Amino acid sequence: MSPNVRALLYLVAAVPFIIGLRRLSSPRTARSGNTIAAGGMLLAVVVTLVERDVSWSVIAAGIAVGSAIGVVAAVRVKMTAMPQLVALFNGFGGIASALVAGTETMLTIILSVAIGAVTFTGSLVAYAKLQGIVRGAPITYPGQRLVNLLLTGGLIGIGAWAQATHEIVPFWGGAGLALFLGILLVIPIGGADMPVVIALLNSMSGLAAACTGFVINNSALIIGGALVGASGVFLTTLMCRAMNRPLSNVLFGAFGTEGAAAVTTGGIVRRTTADDVAIALAYASQVVVVPGYGLAVAQAQHALRDLAAGLERRGVKVAYGIHPVAGRMPGHMNVLLAEADVPYEQLLDLDATNSLLPRTDVVLVVGANDVVNPSARDDPSSPIYGMPIAEVDRAATVVVIKRSLSPGFAGIDNPLFYRDGTLMLFADAKAALTELDAALASV
Amino acid sequence: MLDPVVVGIITFVLAAFVGFEVISKVPPTLHTPLMSGSNAISGITIVGALIATGGGSDTLATVLAFVAVATATINVVGGFLVTDRMLAMFHRPRRAKEKPEA
Repeated sequence: MSPNVRALLYLVAAVPFIIGLRRLSSPRTARSGNTIAAGGMLLAVVVTLVERDVSWSVIAAGIAVGSAIGVVAAVRVKMTAMPQLVALFNGFGGIASALVAGTETMLTIILSVAIGAVTFTGSLVAYAKLQGIVRGAPITYPGQRLVNLLLTGGLIGIGAWAQATHEIVPFWGGAGLALFLGILLVIPIGGADMPVVIALLNSMSGLAAACTGFVINNSALIIGGALVGASGVFLTTLMCRAMNRPLSNVLFGAFGTEGAAAVTTGGIVRRTTADDVAIALAYASQVVVVPGYGLAVAQAQHALRDLAAGLERRGVKVAYGIHPVAGRMPGHMNVLLAEADVPYEQLLDLDATNSLLPRTDVVLVVGANDVVNPSARDDPSSPIYGMPIAEVDRAATVVVIKRSLSPGFAGIDNPLFYRDGTLMLFADAKAALTELDAALASV
Repeated sequence: MLDPVVVGIITFVLAAFVGFEVISKVPPTLHTPLMSGSNAISGITIVGALIATGGGSDTLATVLAFVAVATATINVVGGFLVTDRMLAMFHRPRRAKEKPEA
């Protein structure tokens, strides 16, 4: 095969990636889009293998091992564990890019190796935190930023050295340093900031692939890598905006360590019972559910779906208001609800939710706290001031299902709980929703 | 003749813009499948891994190439599969009215 034909075929293989991403604009076309993108990948692999001097035994072994691990992980993973899995896959993509560049003889590839290596260890740390292998809380020490800065500087220095001398010592030194840096960069980041980190690592795994594309001069890698890089940057920006914090603050701020002692505004809390809430729900015409990660922790998605189905049979309209950071990665809550058989048309984004809330009779807040905290809108002295929230206090009645009055992740008290028109149902989410469903049947 | 690196930069910049345009139209509902799907696409580095198997004959190069092929395959196969699994769960409302009254 002539190099020109091969290069054009790589381009043909990259186009399905764009088509696949485009078809993700609607849940109806998304699944076939994913298949089309996979087809592009298959073509790229075939084009690579035709008439080329490769080691078939190494390829067969690598693909067998990789496919077995990939299939088992993809089929077995629970939807709640999706962020860990994506982090892990990211890491594998990163290390693969680093290794590919590493087998080349030229030494200008330090960038590819560095990004791939940082992605690899950073993703492993993110995985360990999400999986609970290491504690999710930020791990900090004095002079942390300086150390990271010095290591980054050292990495650049080693890169220049490798470039100048074309020796192997600085190359391996740089790779080792990059692996170490990946760990150090992610350990100070708290569990609730993981959506941003995963999006960022996603972007980096794409950049690593694109850099490798430069090293081996391959357009499919450059295009594929650029698409993923853009996707990761887009999602990173979106997540930061949803939390109203600049990226630098997420990466270096170690949010959630300070302010552990929450200032309680206090006030009277109105307790309610499942029977009362069931009556309010049954006679509502529009109900909006605002779920938080607590819902997934309690494994209460299916109980919620049953309750919503019961309401719909009574002619009550039910919608779900989803805050971008409701889950542990972008869009995570939507997947959890889709798994519980909630139709995607009922899943509203924040803007749609907030325009529906003033016309809503009852809002059910389940396992969410900071994302419905009116302080973010009203109190300029609040640490979360400016963060976009679901404005549940605009609805006629707010029912909060919560175990206790404990503050949310940000350690900030929530005036919503003490407000007129807010009813607190203190219970475990799953137990409360099951009880509500039963109570609804007897209304 | 243009330097291949220049051609690469042109390709990269144009693809990044296409990526931004296309991805900004993905609704928040599908952001998780977007991540796992784009992640699978970053597994395109498998092409490099396959080529690398033909590189050196010494043990270290072979081991590195093997690990590269295996990790890239995990990325590709696992990524596309798990994305498909997630997307299969997204469906339109079943006709709630047709269900028997509870």
